[in-house]
Amino acid sequence: MVETLLRYRGDEASAAPAVSFAAFADAGNAAAVRIEPGDDARALLPHLSQLARIDIAFPSFGDGRGYSAARILRENGYTGELRAVGDVLIDQLSHMRRCGFDAFAPDRPISADAAAKAFATWPEVYQKTVDGRTPIWALRHRETDHG
Amino acid sequence: MKILTGNDLKTGDVVWWDGQDWSRDVNDAVDVGAEADAILAREDAALRVNAGYAIDAQRTADGVRPAHIKDRIRALGPTVRLDFSLKPADTDISGWVL
Amino acid sequence: MYQYDHYDQAMVDARVAEFRGQVERRLSGELTEDQFKPLRLKNGLYLQLHAYMLRVAIPYGTLSSRQMRLLGDIADKYDRGYGHFTTRQNLQYNWIKLEQTPDILADLATVEMHAIQTSGNCIRNISSDQYAGAAADELVDPRPYAELLRQWSSFHPEFDYLPRKFKFAVIASETDRAAMRLHDIGIQIVANAAGEIGAKFHVGGGMGRTPMIAPVIREFVPALQMISYAEACLRVYNRYGRRDNKYKARIKILIHEIGADEYRRQVEEEFAHILTLGLEPPAAELARIQSFFADPSFEAELPEAIDRSDPDFAVWLDQNTVAHKHPGYTVVTISLKPIGGIPGDASADQMRLMADLARDYSFDELRVTHTQNIVLPHVKKADLYALWQMLEGAGLGSANLDLISDIIACPGLDYCSLANARSIPLAQKISARFADMDRQRDLGELKVKISGCINACGHHHAGHIGILGVDRKGTENYQLSFGGSEAADTSLAQITGPGFSEDGVVDALEKATEVYLAQRSDGERFLDTYRRIGMAPFKEAIYG
Repeated sequence: MVETLLRYRGDEASAAPAVSFAAFADAGNAAAVRIEPGDDARALLPHLSQLARIDIAFPSFGDGRGYSAARILRENGYTGELRAVGDVLIDQLSHMRRCGFDAFAPDRPISADAAAKAFATWPEVYQKTVDGRTPIWALRHRETDHG
Repeated sequence: MKILTGNDLKTGDVVWWDGQDWSRDVNDAVDVGAEADAILAREDAALRVNAGYAIDAQRTADGVRPAHIKDRIRALGPTVRLDFSLKPADTDISGWVL
Repeated sequence: MYQYDHYDQAMVDARVAEFRGQVERRLSGELTEDQFKPLRLKNGLYLQLHAYMLRVAIPYGTLSSRQMRLLGDIADKYDRGYGHFTTRQNLQYNWIKLEQTPDILADLATVEMHAIQTSGNCIRNISSDQYAGAAADELVDPRPYAELLRQWSSFHPEFDYLPRKFKFAVIASETDRAAMRLHDIGIQIVANAAGEIGAKFHVGGGMGRTPMIAPVIREFVPALQMISYAEACLRVYNRYGRRDNKYKARIKILIHEIGADEYRRQVEEEFAHILTLGLEPPAAELARIQSFFADPSFEAELPEAIDRSDPDFAVWLDQNTVAHKHPGYTVVTISLKPIGGIPGDASADQMRLMADLARDYSFDELRVTHTQNIVLPHVKKADLYALWQMLEGAGLGSANLDLISDIIACPGLDYCSLANARSIPLAQKISARFADMDRQRDLGELKVKISGCINACGHHHAGHIGILGVDRKGTENYQLSFGGSEAADTSLAQITGPGFSEDGVVDALEKATEVYLAQRSDGERFLDTYRRIGMAPFKEAIYG
């Protein structure tokens, strides 16, 4: 299988092997962890500062729990790499990015060009999430907010 | 007999495998026997059919009759809009689906 | 009504471009059907029994004349000259070509319309009260809240792959005309003791194979926290809703399994967290949206008197109009249920005519009802006779609102690949059996609802008389049930007993009406009599 990684961070990728969520509690100072759809992302919150990378697994693209896991981690201050791993399809990239993912390891390779096009799908966004984009409702009222 | 049906990928039209190609008329359907999966796989890969599947049917004096009412309605068209059916001129045709 | 600004327009245009690319990838073979299916469903495109079907969103059921006219034009240009209005206030075209779908969406976008999220495991079109902004009994217009939810739910990145579909309804009066408590989230806009406006959240209702009435999860969410609360409700569902069995994946099952109290506790915890994130659109945004729903320029001192000398008109007037909040005006329902017709179907010409009538008589506005009719919300009483004559001339003058022939029916096995039995021919037979207007009026309000399968698109669980079509060894068979309601007195219908053939169920239904006529007390509807006397007398008449 071709190893592909799309990564949108300025730092070096951590080479640390990701331990499973179940093993994480016993692993002490693991720097990378992998969580499955059924794992509770909130259990990682006390350990965020030690983590350089969190892999969120998508065994099937239709299982959307990983989107909530990603947002919860970002909303609680996680700044390390957040990698979507597995059945990650091009048509999901832009929503994943909006939920805080900044790296993607899809089972089927996606070219960097195709990914760039996917990220550019939405000229604006309706919701405030964790990607820093200003939602449409805020753009509409910029004048009044500052005035 | 076993016959194959599906939809045309581009237009969505209901189609039936006639041995060479896909026909709009159920009466053109041929018995595919044990070849169903192989034909469907080939035709799907070639984008000549979408959502194809095999069904049981009978050849009767009137033509080919799918075993299940759902496929008979597929073959005929909506019984409440016979103007869009396989036989728009035949006003008694809706009984055929029963 | 709401009008897009350049942001809204850009989003819809972007969606058309995205879908155009996805269709190209499907037609070129780059996408398999399995990969394409969830993408096309999120644009309302199904593969049905005979063809592709496109479901166009009509947000909270409100349409302008221009939009209705384009819907008619699309029916002619891309379909076979008609469309079907659905129980979720949307419109379906039955004969769509995949290769033309991007062009249809582009045409829709020219009048601020789309098919976004009208299917798929995401937040669907927000439904509402068809009399919003016109009803004499409403607290406020619920549609600004529905529009806030529409924008929030459109392309929501976290909630695009939910365990299952998710439906909102928003109302703002005590009279529920939107089956609010039979939605995944039903919101009633209410005022608290201090007179502040907020949202009462009912969560976990639905029909389908396991019908449930939504419990109240929060009595009052301040209006400017509604989006945050909805976000919390959805996040708990997205994380913990069942994904192991699609038949148990709706939020009603989660709430049933963990209990409303535990669900509420989890939502409140999430809500407290979400409030810290500043996700809520500001008051200025709600005010901006509300400004679009200001009253049209109603005229003052209009005559109240209506000439009732034409008896057919008088019947229609009594049956198909309700009180308007402004003197001199009335709310008109155009019935799409002619005797022997297809419930909810309208031809392209009828759509264009209704568009013209809305332009001439109703401030350019129309509504779609969940009972598959069309409403002209603001008609001058003085114009009613002229309007009725135009409707009569176009086959749209049926005076049967809420009567036995005003039947809800899903497309059923005539069109739908999920169906087990046909719905439409049964609706046609029932309406033909009870065609006599005096008889219908004598029976009074009697809501018959027919679904062709257990998914319950025809709301049979909520019918005063509900009928469910099933497949019994390859033959269509119909289960009869009584006592459902989707109004403020929401209740679920109970099955009478063994099923019937198509003709048999019409006979059984007729016998049930005879029991009602014999047993009713003054002023009782069929539903009231059933609730008072119970199933036994009906069963005896039907099976005895």
